[in-house]
Amino acid sequence: MLRESILDPEAAQYRKVVPAGDYWIHVVKKGETLRILDLEGNQAVDTLFFNADDPAEHYSACDTIRKQGNIYLSTGTILLSDLCRPMLTITADTVGRHDTLGGACSTESNTVRYALEKKSMHACRNSFLLAVAENDHFGLTKRDITHNINFFMYVPVTPDGGLAFADGLSAPGKYVEMLAHMNVIVLISNCPQLNNPCNAYNPTPIEVLIWGAAN
Amino acid sequence: MTLITSDTLPGGKHWSLLLWRNNRLKLTDVEGGANVGMVFYNPLNLLERYNAPDTLKCQHTFKLTEGHCLYSDMGRIFCSIVSDTFGWHDTVGGNTTKATVASKWGETSYQKNRNDWQQNGYDSFLVEAAKYGLGRRDLPANVNWFSKIVVADDGALSLDASATKPGASVELRFEMHTLVLFHTCPHPLSKAPNYPARPVLYEIFEGPPAAADDPNRLSAPENARGFENNRIFQVGCCRETR
Repeated sequence: MLRESILDPEAAQYRKVVPAGDYWIHVVKKGETLRILDLEGNQAVDTLFFNADDPAEHYSACDTIRKQGNIYLSTGTILLSDLCRPMLTITADTVGRHDTLGGACSTESNTVRYALEKKSMHACRNSFLLAVAENDHFGLTKRDITHNINFFMYVPVTPDGGLAFADGLSAPGKYVEMLAHMNVIVLISNCPQLNNPCNAYNPTPIEVLIWGAAN
Repeated sequence: MTLITSDTLPGGKHWSLLLWRNNRLKLTDVEGGANVGMVFYNPLNLLERYNAPDTLKCQHTFKLTEGHCLYSDMGRIFCSIVSDTFGWHDTVGGNTTKATVASKWGETSYQKNRNDWQQNGYDSFLVEAAKYGLGRRDLPANVNWFSKIVVADDGALSLDASATKPGASVELRFEMHTLVLFHTCPHPLSKAPNYPARPVLYEIFEGPPAAADDPNRLSAPENARGFENNRIFQVGCCRETR
């Protein structure tokens, strides 16, 4: 469901542009609001969430889509953990549908999807793995790199049970915003994929913004 | 094809198996209405595990059926679905939990119900995973055999209970050595009036490897590359271990 935010970017307490192919890892505290802004349009943003106070608890795609009875994420979606607890709620969304079936790209899945020779091309999972290695104070490892969200990606299921990778619904300036219900570690890979239209074959930067807890 | 062993797991129970390359695992929903939750790991590196998103996107499919391969997160194929009389299996619905089982079908306990207690899929996986040093951080999205999840145009998802067929079977051929955790707890979207405790027959066969013209290998160019990734991996580590 489309809903515009009432929050003013000028009043954000934190703003950062994340270049294509980089990761961003940051703790968003309970009550704070995170916005992910698609600066140039059609940019897949692979995202994982962990409970900052117990990082073994993580975003669960299966529990989230089953509890809401819908495969698409949008305004009103409660992002659940593997313990079926609310981590964040999507409070504003100017895109309408976000994917959580397609997972992240990896060098290994690129060999299967495109060609064995693609194994040296940069991929989201490498960004995730570097992120947890360079930030080992969080205690995260490869086992925690699970089934993620792809903000701004559109992956419809066809009536006969197929999976399509459709043109993104996003455009320059579109965003998705979510309110944290617990202290969450947000781990983003701003997707470097060059082999399919998820980034319009041109990965571009995003901006992340955080507002403090509402008074 | 040689039958190695055959057993029935009652409904609402869990077990695990170490299967070798070219073993086949055939599951049969004896009475109809069964669900089998299943996940896979590489016993040589337990960090390599079943990856539902890669399995779906590599084959542009939402359902799993004959001709499909089940992928690890490392671009390799744990197993191929070589035959399937059910036709549409789920891999995004996840598991029941203790809370969802209690809310759907009432509270049970071992103290009161003994082995008729209504176990849940999530705890079942936790118990089997712990046998191999794995915990809740290690549980990926699982397969739910014999459960058909459909998606409407608006993205709404539901379990099509009419798809159930007594005697339906699915047969997997393992393309690498694989640790298999499984349970026979109900699908979390089940609307059955009573906790559906349905037995599942599982048979393990020794069979031939995938031939050059194997239907799973040829079902998509992606799968041909997946088989090649397995070949490269196994040349180095375990080609002649059996």
